[in-house]
Amino acid sequence: MAEATGIKDILKPENLVYNKTKIMTDNVLSYCPGCGHGTAHRILAEIIGEEGLQSQTIGVSPVGCSVLLYNYLDIDWQEAAHGRAPAVATAIKRLLPDKFVFTYQGDGDLAAIGTAETIHSCNRGENILIIFINNGIYGMTGGQMAPTTISGMKTSTSPYGRDVKLMGNPLKITDIVATLPGTYYVTRQSVHTPANVRKTKKAMRKAVQYQKLNKGTCFIEIVSNCPSGWKMTPVLSNKWMEENMFPFYPLGDIKVPEEKSAQ
Amino acid sequence: MAKIRGSIVVNIDRCKGCEVCMVSCPTGTIAMAKEVNHKGYYYAYPANPDLCIGCASCAMVCPDGVITVYKTKI
Ligand SMILES: Cc1ncc(C[n+]2csc(CCOP(=O)(O)OP(=O)(O)O)c2C)c(N)n1
Ligand code: SF4
Ligand code: SF4
Ligand code: SF4
Ligand SMILES: [Mg+2]
Repeated sequence: MAEATGIKDILKPENLVYNKTKIMTDNVLSYCPGCGHGTAHRILAEIIGEEGLQSQTIGVSPVGCSVLLYNYLDIDWQEAAHGRAPAVATAIKRLLPDKFVFTYQGDGDLAAIGTAETIHSCNRGENILIIFINNGIYGMTGGQMAPTTISGMKTSTSPYGRDVKLMGNPLKITDIVATLPGTYYVTRQSVHTPANVRKTKKAMRKAVQYQKLNKGTCFIEIVSNCPSGWKMTPVLSNKWMEENMFPFYPLGDIKVPEEKSAQ
Repeated sequence: MAKIRGSIVVNIDRCKGCEVCMVSCPTGTIAMAKEVNHKGYYYAYPANPDLCIGCASCAMVCPDGVITVYKTKI
């Protein structure tokens, strides 16, 4: 019996357990091989689909490698100038309070040029979700050092590694926004293993549900890789990330809603 | 005795050969092809299809979302 079951018998519609969500368009992603941006997009797309939010979602896309994000998820979009996504999202959410509004931003976008927008929208407690892809580098423009570049990390503008005495300390902006009264849920995750993908998906579902409560900003950092900027193979970049990024950017919830933490 | 059997389909033309799926597969089902696709990447394929348990680990980590997973009890 078992021997008789061939691949053809398994490849039947009723046996389908995982397929690319319809929220993702058929456009080919512009990312380098193994880049976490694609995985992060898909998790977000799955959540939007599973929560039935396709027609109610407005995303604000950034400047950075994910600048073309609006081509990849079949929802409504607004492109923002570099770093300004939370300001644009603020306006959209205030004008259309029934919509689910999120931003998706890299670390150069969110923690360098857009630091003011990030901090003030979180401090005001805008009822948006901010998704922050931290790969510790300006991926799009050629792998320059970012505020998030960790100590000793080599980039095209810190070729001998970031020397914090000369170049300043890396910025944990997620920990900063967690201290602000306007943030409701703040977490740091990754998308490089199946277990981490599951956790990120769970965090995203929570954030989407918290959004409906209008109790403040939800903020999800995803510590991610940049194989091209880091000059590593995708598999090695993920290993390097575990060994070097996670000790400085530990994964897990940073701020959870009070009624939850009281339990 | 019921046994779980899985199978994957890789959209070879869209695979970027990153190998992230291969190292995430708990059963050693996936290997990289010795030939390249039309983009020039050594694409992933189920080299040992009988080992697949349909856990979808590979599909979950594939940045390009090019893996479809099937699973059945036999
Ligand atoms: C006003 C302005 N300043 C600078 C740039 C150049 N620029 C484009 S993307 C980028 C940084 C992107 O880095 P990040 O946000 O970390 O995204 P990643 O590519 O790493 O995902 C910069 C500085 C720009 N496009 N606009
Ligand atoms: S440059 Fe880095 S962040 Fe940009 S697509 Fe390539 S790997 Fe991803
Ligand atoms: S479904 Fe699971 S067992 Fe099958 S190839 Fe993918 S990771 Fe391996
Ligand atoms: S993870 Fe996806 S893109 Fe990367 S090698 Fe596997 S199938 Fe190809
Ligand atoms: Mg970056």
